[in-house]
Amino acid sequence: MDSLFALIPLIIVFPFSGVVIGVFFGRRLMPHKDSIGPGLVASILAGASFVIAVLMFIALQGHPEGVEVPLATWMNITAGDRVLDIPWTFKIDTLSSVMMLVVAGVGTLIHIYAIGYMQGDIDEQIAKRGFEGDEAFDFKRRRYSKFFTFFNLFLGSMLVLVTANNYLMMFVGWELVGLCSYLLIGFWFDDPVKGVYNSESGKKAFIVNRIGDFGMLIAIMLIFWTFGTVQFDDVFARAECMQAESQEACLTVSAGEAVHEEAEGEHGEAARPYLTPVALGKIGTVTLGVVVTIITLCLLLGATGKSAQIPLFVWLPDAMAGPTPVSALIHAATMVTAGIYMITRSNVLYAMAPISGTAVAIVGAATALVAGTIAVAQFDIKRVLAYSTISQLGFMIAAVGLGGYVAGIFHLATHAFFKALLFLSAGSVIHGMEHGHHHAAHHGHGGDDPDFDPQDMRYMGGLKDKMPITTWVYIIGSLALAGIPPLAGFWSKDEILLDASLNNQLVYVLLSISAFFTAFYMGRQVFMVFFGRARTEAADHAVESKPMMTTPLIILAALSVLGGLLNLPGLHSLAHWLEHSVAHAHTAEFNISIAAISTLLGLIAIGLSWLLYGRKPVEAGQADPLRSTGPVFTFLNRKWYWDELYDTVFIKPYVWLGEFLAVTIDWKFWHDFVHDRIIGDAFRGWGAILSQPIDQGVVDGAVNGIAQLVDGSSQELRKTQTGYVRNYALAVALGVVLVLGFLAFRFLM
Amino acid sequence: MFTELQEANFLVPTSYYVILSAVLFTIGVAGVLIRRNAILIFMSIELMLNAANLAFVAFARAFQDLSGQVFVFFVMTVAASEVAVGLALIVAIFRSRKSIDIDELHSMEG
Amino acid sequence: MNLPTLESINLLAVLPVLIVFGWTLVLLVIDLFIPSGRKYWTAWLGILGLLGAAVALAVRFIDARGAAVTAFDGMLTVDGFSLFLQAIFILTAVIGILLALDFLPRHKIERGEYYILLLFTTGGMMIMSMAADLIVVFLALELLSIPLYILTGFARPRADSEEAAMKYFLLGAFASGFLVFGIALTYGGTGTTSLVGVFNQLAEGEPSRDLALVGMALILVGFGFKVAAVPFHMWTPDVYQGAPTPVTAFMSVGAKAGGFAALMRILIVAMPAVGEAWGMLVAILAMLTMILGNVVAIAQRNIKRMLAYSSIAHAGYILVAVSAAQRPEDAPLAVSAAIFYLLTYAFTNLGAFGVVLAVEREDGSGNLLEDFAGLGRSKPVLAAIMTLFMLSLTGMPVSAGLVGKFFVFQAAINASVGNPWILAAAIVGIVTSVISAFYYIRIILIMYMQEGEPQVVLKPALTVALALTALATLILGIIPAPVFQLAKDALLTLVG
Repeated sequence: MDSLFALIPLIIVFPFSGVVIGVFFGRRLMPHKDSIGPGLVASILAGASFVIAVLMFIALQGHPEGVEVPLATWMNITAGDRVLDIPWTFKIDTLSSVMMLVVAGVGTLIHIYAIGYMQGDIDEQIAKRGFEGDEAFDFKRRRYSKFFTFFNLFLGSMLVLVTANNYLMMFVGWELVGLCSYLLIGFWFDDPVKGVYNSESGKKAFIVNRIGDFGMLIAIMLIFWTFGTVQFDDVFARAECMQAESQEACLTVSAGEAVHEEAEGEHGEAARPYLTPVALGKIGTVTLGVVVTIITLCLLLGATGKSAQIPLFVWLPDAMAGPTPVSALIHAATMVTAGIYMITRSNVLYAMAPISGTAVAIVGAATALVAGTIAVAQFDIKRVLAYSTISQLGFMIAAVGLGGYVAGIFHLATHAFFKALLFLSAGSVIHGMEHGHHHAAHHGHGGDDPDFDPQDMRYMGGLKDKMPITTWVYIIGSLALAGIPPLAGFWSKDEILLDASLNNQLVYVLLSISAFFTAFYMGRQVFMVFFGRARTEAADHAVESKPMMTTPLIILAALSVLGGLLNLPGLHSLAHWLEHSVAHAHTAEFNISIAAISTLLGLIAIGLSWLLYGRKPVEAGQADPLRSTGPVFTFLNRKWYWDELYDTVFIKPYVWLGEFLAVTIDWKFWHDFVHDRIIGDAFRGWGAILSQPIDQGVVDGAVNGIAQLVDGSSQELRKTQTGYVRNYALAVALGVVLVLGFLAFRFLM
Repeated sequence: MFTELQEANFLVPTSYYVILSAVLFTIGVAGVLIRRNAILIFMSIELMLNAANLAFVAFARAFQDLSGQVFVFFVMTVAASEVAVGLALIVAIFRSRKSIDIDELHSMEG
Repeated sequence: MNLPTLESINLLAVLPVLIVFGWTLVLLVIDLFIPSGRKYWTAWLGILGLLGAAVALAVRFIDARGAAVTAFDGMLTVDGFSLFLQAIFILTAVIGILLALDFLPRHKIERGEYYILLLFTTGGMMIMSMAADLIVVFLALELLSIPLYILTGFARPRADSEEAAMKYFLLGAFASGFLVFGIALTYGGTGTTSLVGVFNQLAEGEPSRDLALVGMALILVGFGFKVAAVPFHMWTPDVYQGAPTPVTAFMSVGAKAGGFAALMRILIVAMPAVGEAWGMLVAILAMLTMILGNVVAIAQRNIKRMLAYSSIAHAGYILVAVSAAQRPEDAPLAVSAAIFYLLTYAFTNLGAFGVVLAVEREDGSGNLLEDFAGLGRSKPVLAAIMTLFMLSLTGMPVSAGLVGKFFVFQAAINASVGNPWILAAAIVGIVTSVISAFYYIRIILIMYMQEGEPQVVLKPALTVALALTALATLILGIIPAPVFQLAKDALLTLVG
């Protein structure tokens, strides 16, 4: 069993080799315009990663305490007797195994889906640009292989993130997934219509994430400063030791030994020598709490960036500018959950800093509520899902903030299933709408809105007869998200609510209200999109997607139904699985009243949405029923004016300050007045004297002279190379004479 | 210089051989530098190698040691294979240029 | 007199080189039955043999755990140093074959002998790295050189190729004349040809240290020629330009590494007693080599010629490391820096020549710098790879070249305490690498800034070779530590 662990490097080798193949051979894998070579290769490699993840899961059954598999030395700096040693080591334990399974599993399904989806998406782009023949083929080939190259790069990076055994390696993955996110959001940066918006969205995501990464980096530096190491196990071991004893006493503490013994020396390492913490002697047991609180708050800042929480969530809705598989994989199922994973991984530190834990929970709960309300008033099918994602991430963050790590990870997994399902189905809907739009335009039905948007729910309606499979899986996904038993979402959300009700009443109330909104906006969406009458010609002519796309949908739908089996009340299989790696996990027993209240809220919300949108479907051109709430709807539709707030508070003052510094201080005062008036005049006087003889003569002469000398000697020296063999032999002979002469002169005489 | 190496039964001191071999070697080097005919240059190189052989044999006799003499055989073998390659090259060049004057080989320079 | 036993011959330790030679002899026969036009079979079979040797080498490496043994009664030493260098040679040969695969048929000079000669010279290099006796050094040197003379003239009757072969052959034979005479004098000075014996005799000062000193100088000349050190370098530009490009690529790396292998073993293992003398000589040669190579490269318009001068310059950098090994206590660091530099240079230079091959046209033209104009636009990936190689040759960050230079200069500065010559060599090295940026970066500018329509032929084998070398250059630049650790463990040893 143990030897299976040695396979772990393959889990990132597979996707990264896909990147190499994509870069060098991607275009060649696509001999004609309908071939799916690059997609197929990428999917197979993603599948191979999943197989490795499964093997790791199997291997862990025998070693639930986990192992570390070193791959290579990464950073190794010796300073006197102190050693900084950060190896590139994989950590396989029950927590990272869950993440690997989710990331690689859902990732593989979305890869397969994207094979079909990107064919259509690129054809759509080609039509927009009016490419023909070879130009179209070349464009398609380039973009198709590029997409899967990026996609594999993302998968590999995400797996680096979750298999890291130290904060720095995790940070590498953390940055790499951010890069992939940026590349893929702006994938259609050259779209003739929305290109600027797409690239701006990518930029926004990247810059906002930078703020979070800044927090991450400070946290990592502080950890190193305090504990002298960044390896997870050792950081936690030292932290717990320092809580009880002085900092000096914990210098040699290392989790390495413990692991070593348990794993019977198979994969453990000898105790690792670490750099003495810089902060040695400055941190007592009292101040330790303060330092750890600061560390954990900085980590929280990192999490709010990557997992789109207040105050940094603004990038995620705009990230929907990327192709739909990107939204599903990166911005719903995997990358955005990195923050939850990171906090769960750091549970020991959070357990030492109760203030941070509460802060995390409040941030999560507030985000859940704010995003949930915004989702109610959106019209773009993907934007609704984006806000819903933010809201659900808020649930998970709140859970881990309260110490409900099992509940958080449980919801992470089920959410990956049903949110990926919803996004991919939405992609299918968009696909169908575009098809219908072309059909309508082609057959001269005309009369369509000139700024038709295939993602706007107001243009849809009645799709249930046109796209039956998509409709069914969408409804399953929506019910799962709304938390209706016995679907997956019910069990995981219920566990979060249960944890909240026991620990923090405020959080519980906020989350319950969010759960109500969740059910409501999902009901609204389903009724608007699939029921009623078609509001446009496009919707009337929409068609079902190909099996290449619907098969992953059906698999994900099955997972969304059955996902609750992971951690059913009473069995707590996930909890028992995770307790090996998450020291501070706790689970509460199923509480019927909590479950009943949440189910009831969900059903009421769905009923309400039926009253507003289902009973009397919205007709074409008719205003949304919620419009009657007036300013409230506008407020929600404009996303609480959050972007405007940032614009007023940060961007405008920043621009103003920049202009002030540039125009007033630098230009008017410094340049015009100080330079020109005071220094300039004096300088010109001197300059007249100095410039002619000194500058042009000496300085220029020196600079040009060196260049000329090198170039000139180059030209002269090459003339010694006459091309005559005898001259070359003469050079050798002269060399011998010189060498012997030198020796004779220096050593023999 | 080599008196300590001499033994009574040697009629000719080793140093004489060594000086002779140095002279031969120098003649060889001079030949390479002066001659224009590729074959003659090549023969001059052979002379250099044989000068070395002479030195080897002389030293081997002085030390009463076999390995120097063995070396001579190796040098002769290698020289023979060099001849094979060298003559083949010279023939090839003669075929395409009708001359083996090496001063005509200077299309590449600088 | 002890008769050799199976144990003292120790065939297992030299299995890699036996595989290379044995397989090449078999291939020589097989080749007769391969129809012309299908000679790529010979090539792939050759690669197969090399892979076999690589496996044997890996097994040996794992088996040995750093211990050194001798074979053939002390004629060969199998130590970490020779294993590391043999790995370089096998790698170089594999890439050399890959580079030639498309080139030969395209230039209508495809013959099976090409690959067989290449394998023979590879075997010569491998023996060179293990040679523990001056006789073996000489034999290995000739085994390395003679096939290379033929390979240089392989494109006959193209005038350039014939001329290059003639020049290389005459000057090469001339230089081996000096080498043999140098060995003769060393033998005269110490009474033995085995390196262990030379070491012992020199340490005792018996029988004539002066004679050995002159012998050392002449040996240095012989190898100075092989590695293209100034003033024994003059054959290099002509031969590199005239030889078929895959041969140039192979030769610029393999022959150089082979020369350095034997030079280092002789000087550092056998002659530390006269270290002061050769250290100073090598330092002076290094300075001359770096200055001349880098300066004259600027005036070149032909890229193969430019790379020839660049290879002269790089020999200078490695000579700096060799000179830094003059005191036994500094030797391990300097030797590991030198062989690590050889490795980085091998990948980078083979890759750069690979790009040159891709741009070269059937008639042998397309080697001027102008022919690279517009590459950045028409073949962005190829241009990016070439940029990487050029940056690596310059020694810019995130490339193997920087790491190699860094270790060399570090070793030199380490050893320069109380030895101004080595310090001077290190300073000259740093200054000249700044000068070198001028001509390397010019290529990048030409590729990206000038308009042009380069004709590029990129077949799969060449693509694989380029990908391999580019990846290695990048990886060695980013995470050099594991490989450098190997180089550090690859000790030069004196076993007898």
